[in-house]
Amino acid sequence: MLEIRNLQAGIEDKPILKGIDLSVNAGEVHALMGPNGSGKSTLASVLAGREGFDVTSGEVLYNGNDLLDLAPEERAREGVFLAFQYPVEIPGVNSAYFLRSAVNEVRKHRGEEELDAMNFLKAVKAKMKELGLNEDFLKRPVNAGFSGGEKKRNEILQMAMLNPKLAVLDETDSGLDIDALRIVADGVNRLKRPDNAQLIITHYQRLLDYIVPDFVHVLHDGRIIKSGDKSLALELEEKGYDWLVKEAA
Amino acid sequence: MRADTDTIDEFVASDYKYGFVTDIESESLEPGLGEETVRFISAKKKEPQWMLEWRLKALRHWEKLECPTWPHVKYPPIDFQDISYYSAPKKKGDGPKSLDEVDPKLLETYEKLGVPLHERARLAGVAVDAVFDSESIGTTFKEDLAKAGVIFCSISEAVQEHPELVRKYLGTVVPYTDNFYATLNSAVFSDGSFVYIPKGTRCPMELSTYFRINAANTGQFERTLIIAEEGSHVSYLEGCTAPMRDENQLHAAVVELIALDNAEIKYSTVQNWYPGDEEGRGGIYNFVTKRGICKTNAKISWTQVETGSAITWKYPSVILKGDNSIGEFYSVALTNNMQQADTGTKMVHLGKNTRSTIVSKGISAGRGQNSYRGLVQVGKKAANARNFSQCDSLLIGDRCGAHTFPYIEVKNPSANIEHEATTSKIGEDQIFYCNQRGLETQDAVNMIVNGFCKEVFRELPMEFAVEAQKLLDVSLEGSVG
Repeated sequence: MLEIRNLQAGIEDKPILKGIDLSVNAGEVHALMGPNGSGKSTLASVLAGREGFDVTSGEVLYNGNDLLDLAPEERAREGVFLAFQYPVEIPGVNSAYFLRSAVNEVRKHRGEEELDAMNFLKAVKAKMKELGLNEDFLKRPVNAGFSGGEKKRNEILQMAMLNPKLAVLDETDSGLDIDALRIVADGVNRLKRPDNAQLIITHYQRLLDYIVPDFVHVLHDGRIIKSGDKSLALELEEKGYDWLVKEAA
Repeated sequence: MRADTDTIDEFVASDYKYGFVTDIESESLEPGLGEETVRFISAKKKEPQWMLEWRLKALRHWEKLECPTWPHVKYPPIDFQDISYYSAPKKKGDGPKSLDEVDPKLLETYEKLGVPLHERARLAGVAVDAVFDSESIGTTFKEDLAKAGVIFCSISEAVQEHPELVRKYLGTVVPYTDNFYATLNSAVFSDGSFVYIPKGTRCPMELSTYFRINAANTGQFERTLIIAEEGSHVSYLEGCTAPMRDENQLHAAVVELIALDNAEIKYSTVQNWYPGDEEGRGGIYNFVTKRGICKTNAKISWTQVETGSAITWKYPSVILKGDNSIGEFYSVALTNNMQQADTGTKMVHLGKNTRSTIVSKGISAGRGQNSYRGLVQVGKKAANARNFSQCDSLLIGDRCGAHTFPYIEVKNPSANIEHEATTSKIGEDQIFYCNQRGLETQDAVNMIVNGFCKEVFRELPMEFAVEAQKLLDVSLEGSVG
């Protein structure tokens, strides 16, 4: 599904990613871990197409096509979803209206019929119930005045409604209390299917108590210095990142 | 981030789709302003002596006035002797008696503007008075309205047919001495709309005037007078467009509203005069005086969506003279490219228990400069007056500006005045967030802007709310790449 080859990227003249190689297949859950400043969020931004990041070398194939060639909204419609580390507030724009527009953009792209307000509401309310979210979410402006936990849960709701093929979760666990963390993890687990994949970026092992990854990668200074299975995450929890960094040096 | 501002910079060029010129033979007065000009216009309109005298008094007063410099807008001095004060499509014989006899080219023009005037295509439920340069070319649904006792015609016609009403009310809300441009208008006004709603009558349809400037080097000075008798109700809407020209053109209108006891007037404006090009060449100077007076229990509500004009300078105001009267002002003003707007309202509380609401939404894009200027005044006798003002500014890009000048004068200690203001900016991060959910940048901007304006849009008559939203989308088009 996702094939990253020797990806090098940075902001202005400052290199951040210094050669990433990563393969993600359908049905897999990958965790990407690493200390602050290792380049985790940069990778998420490059995959989603955020402006200001320059790719200097390498390629990213998504279902065999050049992902970097697509505009951010085209990537989204092709099924790439980024759960933001800091979800953005959009005052004045109603959450339900925003989400319906997003869902319909994806449906249009897939050649499916657009959902009218009634059908959308039915679908979204069912999803909210599944995720244990309060319905008044829909009436509020997008993320405006939401608590940190509410914002993250809103990301998960959007993900559930948009049903992406590749979901990239950028530190979705940061700043969550244990209940919110459970809701988020539960949402992610529900999404897991043989035909989609998830790349979970996290600083702590904590989230991986609830979401079991198939692969764990450690990012340091713009490179993946170690890959393994779930046990690698547990080892990191115990020993921290230092021993790996020394080993890699 | 550098790349960020680039995308937003492209958020500028938009096409003005009403910029065409109608090729029609016109009768225009040579540029210049003096007593002969005023006499010519008055004679052209076959006006009675009192009307001419009123105009001449205004002219003499105007000659003593200086052009105001306090607004927060910049433009080179206007040479008032270099403007033609009258231009009208040439009439054959006595002129058309009904819309069927109007020059087809004119009808075509209005059709192109989306305001068909002929019988079969008329907008359902909306009566239209079409003003082309200095003349009204016709009014639809006149007979239907007459059945309800409603008078809806051009002001020139009203001077002829209903002189007692015009004479009684003209200049009572905006006297000819009011301000530089209102005084100029009083001297040379050529046409505009007149509305009279009889006692206890609810006007059976929306009334609307469509102003079109066509001729070059011509100023448009229209005058609108709306009288709502006791217990009556009317909703009125005006729309405006002009061709694209490299020179600036002056539009100095005066609107007077009179809401007698228990009457209600709702006045909506969708202003889309040619705004000039990206470099600020051309465009209309829109210098307008609009004011209404409320008697006991009356209500006047101004709603405006201002997207056009190179410069907008207007403050639709309400004098709350009667006890328990209500004034409202809802405004969306957009400035893109080099446009400048200095707009707001005045709410003058004189009666007891008077209430006013001000909701102003300013949007600045490109190098546009947008100022809100508002006055809330509470007189000595206005016990328990209440005002709520909300002024929000939205910035798109980093070369535009938003300014707020609120003035509050309170002479009665029981008054209750609230003022809220916010300034926000459409950020690259908001746009990226929308992109990441599959939305095009332009759609994202439109969504954010419409969300910002919705409190005002919902005050517009339904048919026009959709129109206004589309207009705003078009005015912001081609912006983000």
